[in-house]
Amino acid sequence: MLQETADGLYCPAGDFYIDPWGSVARALITHAHGDHARSGSAAYLCAEPCAPLLRRRFGSEALVETRAYGEPISLGSTRVSFHPAGHVLGSAQIRIEGPDGVWVISGDYKRAPDPTCPAFEPIPCDTFITESTFGLPIFYWDPGAFLIGEILAWWDANRQSGRASLLFCYTLGKAQRILAELARLTDRRVLVHGAMISMIDAYRDAGIQMLATAPLIELARGTSCAGELILAPLMARGTPWMRRLGEFSDAFASGTMRIRGVRRQRNVDRGFVLSDHADWPALLQTVRDVGATRVLTTHGHPEPLARYLATQGLESGVIRTAWEGEAAEQGD
Amino acid sequence: MRRFTELFAALDQTTSTNEKVAAMARYFATASPADAAWAVFFLTGRRLKRLLPWAAIGEWTRHVTGLESWMLEECWSVVGDGAETAALILDQLPTIGADALPLAAWLEDRVLTLRRLDENAQRERVIAWLGELDRDERLVLLKILSGELRLGVSQTLVVRAVAQTAGLPTATIAARLMGDWPTTAAWFSTLVSPETTNTDLSRPYPFYLAAPLQDALSTLGDVHDWLVEWKWDGIRAQLIRRAGDVHLWSRGEELITHRFPEIVAAASRLPDGTVLDGEVLAFRDDRPLPFSALQQRIGRQKQVHQMAREVPVVFMTYDVIEADGRDLREAPLEARRQTLESLIATAGVLRVSPARVADTWEELAEMRSSSRQRNVEGLMLKRLDSRYGVGRKRGDWWKWKIDPHTIDAVLIYAQPGSGKRASLLTDYTFGLWHDGELVPIAKAYSGLSNEEIAEIDRWIRRHTRERFGPVRHVEPVQVFELGFEGLAPSSRHRSGIAVRFPRMLRWRKDKPAAEADTLDTLRRLLP
Repeated sequence: MLQETADGLYCPAGDFYIDPWGSVARALITHAHGDHARSGSAAYLCAEPCAPLLRRRFGSEALVETRAYGEPISLGSTRVSFHPAGHVLGSAQIRIEGPDGVWVISGDYKRAPDPTCPAFEPIPCDTFITESTFGLPIFYWDPGAFLIGEILAWWDANRQSGRASLLFCYTLGKAQRILAELARLTDRRVLVHGAMISMIDAYRDAGIQMLATAPLIELARGTSCAGELILAPLMARGTPWMRRLGEFSDAFASGTMRIRGVRRQRNVDRGFVLSDHADWPALLQTVRDVGATRVLTTHGHPEPLARYLATQGLESGVIRTAWEGEAAEQGD
Repeated sequence: MRRFTELFAALDQTTSTNEKVAAMARYFATASPADAAWAVFFLTGRRLKRLLPWAAIGEWTRHVTGLESWMLEECWSVVGDGAETAALILDQLPTIGADALPLAAWLEDRVLTLRRLDENAQRERVIAWLGELDRDERLVLLKILSGELRLGVSQTLVVRAVAQTAGLPTATIAARLMGDWPTTAAWFSTLVSPETTNTDLSRPYPFYLAAPLQDALSTLGDVHDWLVEWKWDGIRAQLIRRAGDVHLWSRGEELITHRFPEIVAAASRLPDGTVLDGEVLAFRDDRPLPFSALQQRIGRQKQVHQMAREVPVVFMTYDVIEADGRDLREAPLEARRQTLESLIATAGVLRVSPARVADTWEELAEMRSSSRQRNVEGLMLKRLDSRYGVGRKRGDWWKWKIDPHTIDAVLIYAQPGSGKRASLLTDYTFGLWHDGELVPIAKAYSGLSNEEIAEIDRWIRRHTRERFGPVRHVEPVQVFELGFEGLAPSSRHRSGIAVRFPRMLRWRKDKPAAEADTLDTLRRLLP
């Protein structure tokens, strides 16, 4: 059903690519992160709530067609539909029904609840292509509500000692999830880096309830940042933008923070293990839920996950893609 | 364990040294002396040696989770730390109850008793204990058990924190923390006691260290203000003669007395109350042997006396820190040197590192260029009026080392680093050409900037030919200039040569792999 080509995963029966890294005639997009949604293709097809994010990324002239979640479309000899993946706003799994049975490409996904997007729906299939960003039995996530509580406690402690709280996170997905989850616990305003604004606006346009935000640079001159929470992408680190902050504690919200050595490499005070990807038990649960007889793994730790699934009696394999999981989202 | 784990977490969660000191001082102020003694033990980087066979923890993790060993290896290569890997995997185990046992009780009544048990009993105990602990406590326990517990603070910071707690000068605490001490409540009480105590007579002074010379010689002023000596290539050590006994301490604060009986015999003729600073050197026919000769002496602990005949050693003394039981550290080097020469008159096993006399810096530079033929590492420059300080301070003592040997080698294998470099491919194996093949000659980990590490990491991931567990065989493309201090013939290396302190000096992006050096080039550098 799918071929690995230089431009990406190609479906000859439907004449389309999925999240291609080259420029192609028709690209089906699982979600708007940079490693999955690349500009330069002639026509795009994605789930409805994903389209505004793609347009912000590619510009309004890009040709973007949409389908509602679950609504099928015929492409060549295949029937294709998008289903919620629970990763970020607009994220989708892609179901392809064709001559080789039913295939589902997971895109990036998580099983934990997220107020900014509908939950992952397990779609029965014969072949399941799963991401494996955190495909090792060292990755177990605490509940999101608990982690958000930790973030709030860190912010409160910094407020008490008169410091700013600088939280690094991805500009698409993680930032909005934090703002939406925090809105259940507090109504304080949050300052953001300029690179965050566009995607936060897109989420607000989509009706997602989040804490009020203001760009840090619009803060009146001489106003102290003590006690404020500031969200910024990692790329803002070490730039002159940081001078405005005064004394601060910094943290990074990412599944990679699960590993102490990685957190120490980042040299941040705190690492919050808050991820938008499936952890090890969620990957295994999902494979069981979809009931596929064949599972292909891609990006992150595909080899160990595929080998493990083989020991569980499943046909499994690895497919090479240019998708990178969390590594690519850092610049987003 | 709870409070100690909180200390571990507090040290882990800040990059500010002041906050680290404050966290330790808070712990010392409220912990019982018995707990504080163990905390100092771990904070100063000491570990419980030979507690468990190193593979045991991995086996138990498999036993509990049913995971296979290849999966553990995959995990380990991503986490970069054995105990942490086990702690992360065992996160599935539920925590039952809360731990209220103090640190000292954990160690003395539990951890240390493991040595007396067989492996089944050890496993049962440890798994039961893990069930009592939360995630962070488990990590600390597993790190203690595997001998890997590091708290990321320097000795200086620990000294500052203890000094703050005790209200005593840092120099006092630094001296009291040297050498061996028991992890008891009584010892900790003595450590923070304002009274001058009858300190352990075997205890060395903190070493004074030279900084590498980086500035121009002209910044050092008149050459006659300096004592110049060879920089010996042996083991820096303090030789202590007190109360009829002799103790020899390496700079790593390891007691090495029993390895060198001839030094002990010679030192027994020194007057009581003498502490000398010098270098243990393999030495024959009036000249030092290469460091590799001394390594044979260190390596073989059993046949000490036979080895003493094969590889004779001397103690090359360059300073006297205590004479007649008096601490001489505040006296100028010139005066200490006179005392030293009056103590050691002959040139036997104990000898005085000779002063190299020169009237100009140029003469010294000339002298330094003969270092390699003499099996020395270069020159030491010490200001004649310098006191004997503590630690590495720039200004009065300089080491002026010769440039390392260099060779251009090709990257052939890479594997992930550990600790702070977890998940990054930072540990490399390099090869040199021989009969159209690349023969591995050295492993190197250091010398690259973080940006270069990130760049080479990305390159390796895209150019891996094969994977053997965590080790990646990469395309032979990247050339690095390696520096190393010395080399010796070796039957244990496929190349037939062992190199010392290999590190990367430069990434030779300009050089194609085919033009890297050959094994023959390296052979020609053999002494």
